Amino acid sequence: MLTILFDGVAYGMLLFILAVGLAVTMGLMNFINLAHGAFAMAGGYITVLLMQRLNVPFLVCLPLAFLGSALLGGVLERTLYRPLYHKAHLDQVLFSIGLVFMAVASVDYFVGSTQQIMQLPEWLKGRTEIGEGAWMLGMGHYRLFIIAVCAALTVGLQYVLTKTRFGSRLRASVDDQRVAAGMGINVNIVFLSTFAFGSGLAGLGGALGAEVLGLDPSFPLKFMIYFLIVVAVGGTSSITGPLLAALLLGIADVAGKYYIPKLGAFIVYSLMILILIWRPQGLFVRKGGK
Amino acid sequence: MMTPQNTLLQARRFRWWEPVLWLLAFVAPFAMPSHALIINEIAIVALFALSLDLILGYTGIVSLGHAAFFGLGGYAAALFAKHVMPDPLVGLAVGIAAATVLGAVASLTVMRGTDLTRLMVTLGVGLVMLELANKLDWLTGGADGLQGVVLGPVLGQFEFDLYGRTAAWYSLTVLLVFFLIARRIVQSPFGATLKAIRDNRLRAMAIGIPVTVKLAQVYTLAAALAGAAGALLTQTTGFASLDLFEFHRSADVMLILVIGGVGWLYGGILGAVGFKLLQDVISSITPQYWTFWIGLFLVVLVLVGRDRLFRPWTWFGAGRKAGAASNSGGH
Repeated sequence: MLTILFDGVAYGMLLFILAVGLAVTMGLMNFINLAHGAFAMAGGYITVLLMQRLNVPFLVCLPLAFLGSALLGGVLERTLYRPLYHKAHLDQVLFSIGLVFMAVASVDYFVGSTQQIMQLPEWLKGRTEIGEGAWMLGMGHYRLFIIAVCAALTVGLQYVLTKTRFGSRLRASVDDQRVAAGMGINVNIVFLSTFAFGSGLAGLGGALGAEVLGLDPSFPLKFMIYFLIVVAVGGTSSITGPLLAALLLGIADVAGKYYIPKLGAFIVYSLMILILIWRPQGLFVRKGGK
Repeated sequence: MMTPQNTLLQARRFRWWEPVLWLLAFVAPFAMPSHALIINEIAIVALFALSLDLILGYTGIVSLGHAAFFGLGGYAAALFAKHVMPDPLVGLAVGIAAATVLGAVASLTVMRGTDLTRLMVTLGVGLVMLELANKLDWLTGGADGLQGVVLGPVLGQFEFDLYGRTAAWYSLTVLLVFFLIARRIVQSPFGATLKAIRDNRLRAMAIGIPVTVKLAQVYTLAAALAGAAGALLTQTTGFASLDLFEFHRSADVMLILVIGGVGWLYGGILGAVGFKLLQDVISSITPQYWTFWIGLFLVVLVLVGRDRLFRPWTWFGAGRKAGAASNSGGH
């Protein structure tokens, strides 16, 4: 049982890193970006291809996956996304679905539609077990690694958003673009770097998650709903909301698939619908929040 | 004399090209018997797009889960034909009824919240239906699909033939009937309230329109139409599979509507013709990667602007206004 909890936490942490960039674009910039999973897929494929074809060590691949996806995100933000910030939501939905379709077909064309296998380094393959019986806790080393990386990132993110100059600029730009620009903040640069950073995080998540989630060209479509759940249920006024939502979702999903495999993802979806009907602004949003 | 009454009545009058268009559609299976199957498919997709237009085009609700109703209507009709009785019209009614009930329940989800939450819950409803159809495999056949759906003749007279001509006429007739109903509805006071909600929900509320009730009503209605489309598909193909509920169905139908024009009942029909032809052409060139071109089309469509894409002469200069103005005709 503790093992399931542990796996759920690892899964949830992963989902959080994957989705947190989306929380920013979707919640803060009010842009419905369904193509977020495409950046995650980009990171995953960068890692897998580097490891398979060029034998780059795993730990080197992770920052490369981050940089690659961040670059991609930055370029796309500047060229395609920016003109659409103030368009209708329908346009944004159509545009990002279009991007997803293109990403899926391109990856299929260039890499092939088979699921990619990731060769983890030896030191991440093991498994440690503590305790016995029903309370046994089995920790896969790789999942432990994921939790450590994601926890460090979360703390870092929280620090950047609340304590640094950049964080206050971002929050100012988001709250009122015109006033922020009037105060001498270059809103375009702030948004560009935030979008790129969010895409980079998605890419890193994709790289970390390739082994756990599986990586094939349908990745952006398959996990789109999960990212959306994290953002919609968690709300977007802080990063603790999405974090809690991601952990909840991760644990519920792992436990559900373990105990009631017959129902599959049914529970998660239904839960989300009920939560959103009950609290359309998200579960962890304070009253009067955005 | 342009009294308000006249203006309203004018919108209701049939234009000369409308009967011609429908006549052409009904002659088409005669004239091109080898294309009857695709005509049938176009009619079905057009009905599906018509249903989405009621909520997206006339009410402004962005829904990503419209396939839920399409699929439920399809499965209900197929199961009914398989286990109860093979009459197509009764099966159609059952499909519509099932989708209507689901629509009434799901309309709870569109009343509250923002565009984002609405997207999410509609998407969620679609996924829940997909999971259900997948897991209830004793009923639906799971991933293998539901086979062996055999239908009796329409009205006891017209057998479904192999070339799909009966199917095409059957679907076209159903499409025409629902089109006329939808046309009547959007031009009624009810339709006017929908447009008021779409244009400014707050103002609509302020002048005393019960917004949530109207939203629920139109959502249920659209669900019924989508159910009819799904029922037609399983009836004419004799097969129901999980594909009915897949996300790409919801995305495709939105694309179809956008190609043809949102908020204009013929938009769905023209879009369906355009989309199917486009699909035919592209997938004959690159069968596997045709989604790429669809994606590219969507991206370009949004970047250029939906109003302007089919008016290339407005791309430069003061195109924006000209595009918007010429778009307002023909409703």
